[in-house]
Amino acid sequence: MASIRVTLKESVLDPQGSAVVHALHSLSFSSVSDVRIGKYMEVAFQAQDEQAARTQVSRMCEQLLTNPVIETYSFTLAEVRE
Amino acid sequence: MNCAVLQFPGSNCDQDAVKAVASTLSLKADLVWHETVDLSAYDLIIVPGGFSYGDYLRAGAIARFSKAMHATVAAAERGAYVLGICNGFQILTEAGLLPGALRRNDHRQFRCDMVELEVVNGATNFTRAYEKSRVTIPIAHGEGNYYVDDEMLKRLEENQQIVFRYASEQSPNGSVANIAGVINERGNVLGMMPHPERAVSERLGSTDGISLFRSILTSWRDGHAS
Repeated sequence: MASIRVTLKESVLDPQGSAVVHALHSLSFSSVSDVRIGKYMEVAFQAQDEQAARTQVSRMCEQLLTNPVIETYSFTLAEVRE
Repeated sequence: MNCAVLQFPGSNCDQDAVKAVASTLSLKADLVWHETVDLSAYDLIIVPGGFSYGDYLRAGAIARFSKAMHATVAAAERGAYVLGICNGFQILTEAGLLPGALRRNDHRQFRCDMVELEVVNGATNFTRAYEKSRVTIPIAHGEGNYYVDDEMLKRLEENQQIVFRYASEQSPNGSVANIAGVINERGNVLGMMPHPERAVSERLGSTDGISLFRSILTSWRDGHAS
């Protein structure tokens, strides 16, 4: 199982995050300086070993799950035995 | 000139595009389902607006992998004209036919409005019939905030690939350099967020979309003059 986090690149404005910053400020969380909102995905799949799993997830992210022009990703793997 | 209008699950401007081609060019455009694998018969392929595949994951991300889009990429490579409007523009950037990406509008609102555009490059296959540099064409989008990095922006400017800009100082979506539409280097693929197919009759509030369709037909005819 891969747990994948997709976020906008640091250089790309995140309007959803900005809206949430304002909302948190209005709730008196005045110490909040930034919020970035991304996507979380869980992908269940099969792989021979960890290295093969990493390669597969990276390819999934680069081909479909992210838009490399504006987004970046990170992921963790967990072994799930049936 | 044979015209196709792609149809994805979630397209909602496909019929408008068919009617715009009929009313501006007196041509019948075929509606082509997204599972179509062969578009070799077409000289113009319109990728219409809407919410292809529900805009799941990202606008245009899933449509990009449809059979019809693979065929569209092949058609673009052989020189067919491709026009992406709104969601169609998002799909063309996802497919790599045009540079950049479309982000959520910076003010977070869906914007549905008549906007004034500057025709930045009136010499393209898609704009040569325009006799004026300011036109009014409607927009309707929540993710029309065009992004390219500084290096790509410089390239777009140098190559005169920026075709339309929002004319007002305040962009309706936050696009880099107020960009509303760009063309590929070869000049046969145009993507734009505004909807020219909704500006083809006085009853729609503007006729400024007509010249875009006429430009395409004129360019195609010139390219096929024997």
